[in-house]
Amino acid sequence: MTALIAIFWRDLRRAWGSGALWLPVLFFLLVASAFPFAVGPDAPLLRRAGGGMLWVAALLAALLPIDRLVRPDKDAGVLDQLAVRGFADEVIAAVKIAAHAIGFGLPLMIALFPASALLAQDTPRVELLATGIAIAIPALASLAVLSASLTANHKGGSAIGGLLVLPLAVPMLIFGAGMLDPSGRGAIKLLAATSLLLTMIGPFAAGAALRGLRE
Amino acid sequence: MSELLRLDSVACIRGDRLLFENLSLTLNRGDALWLRGPNGAGKSSLIRLVAGLLRPTAGTVARRERIALIDEASALDTELPLRRALDFWARVDTVDGHTVDRAMDEMALAPLAEVPVSMLSTGQRKRAAMVRVIASGAPIWLLDEPANGMDDAAQARLVAAIAKHRSNGGAVLLASHFALGIPDLAELDMGALT
Repeated sequence: MTALIAIFWRDLRRAWGSGALWLPVLFFLLVASAFPFAVGPDAPLLRRAGGGMLWVAALLAALLPIDRLVRPDKDAGVLDQLAVRGFADEVIAAVKIAAHAIGFGLPLMIALFPASALLAQDTPRVELLATGIAIAIPALASLAVLSASLTANHKGGSAIGGLLVLPLAVPMLIFGAGMLDPSGRGAIKLLAATSLLLTMIGPFAAGAALRGLRE
Repeated sequence: MSELLRLDSVACIRGDRLLFENLSLTLNRGDALWLRGPNGAGKSSLIRLVAGLLRPTAGTVARRERIALIDEASALDTELPLRRALDFWARVDTVDGHTVDRAMDEMALAPLAEVPVSMLSTGQRKRAAMVRVIASGAPIWLLDEPANGMDDAAQARLVAAIAKHRSNGGAVLLASHFALGIPDLAELDMGALT
């Protein structure tokens, strides 16, 4: 167990090291501040469209560090060393997913509040956004680690990674943004179910992909 | 149980090329086996196969004890000072700081403890990887070209570490394209297998 905690902390340290902690925050705020320039400062319009925009931004923020999740560990031989020590690939994948969920999810939740303010979201909508994105974060992390594992052998893997993940993330996008619609109150349950499913599949799928890297 | 490692009629195919077949060997406590041969003879593949990183195409590999591995990658975080990078693996192997201290002394790396891994030379990184192997306490050592980039003094320390490990009941499988001057060493010429 101490070994798994050490691996978790190492991943978190590498995710937050050298200012990378602020990357999702900055990205989120950039999207939120650019959007009003693109659609105009009309507050009702921003309020209606802004929530969906934040969901898209959250999805992309999860994919930002795809290049740094698995490939450096593979190239440095860290994954081989862990495999030699008898850790199951699924366990390593699960630890990586947990570390990524905290690593990008925590700063994202904090950035959500100023970003919502920039997009004229009122308090009930901010609450819905925060709840929804918090539910989705484990699944987003799961998908990010999965596509990072699948593409760790390819140069320019992050571009392919984005393509791989996007179709799988679409249901969460629909239900998450659907929560914001006053007529879509059941959406939160569907979002939670989708998120749970993706989070559960993630370690096994990513573990299989990690095993494939060695062959 | 003195047998640590047994390979029974193992075959390995990489790409479309048969590297070796019908390879059987056993390593008992105190044994050391030198895999020699030209580049591409399958030395590293055999090491990875024994480590469990590759599946044999045929045959079985039985490991009775824990394994420590050195390969071409050092698996140390380059942004960290050497000592902290090694401490990560000490935590993964659940060994304490004194064990790492002793291993660092054995490889004469104590003066470099605070130097970032990215500043270390090839030979120094090999020595650092050797510290991880020594500190892990695993009875089976798989060393793939451990002396690459090492100077004479470091090679002597490596040979001494191997001798100490064997006298403590460990076994060593060593792949190297040049002789290291290890006494009482069995040889397997991988170039002559196919």
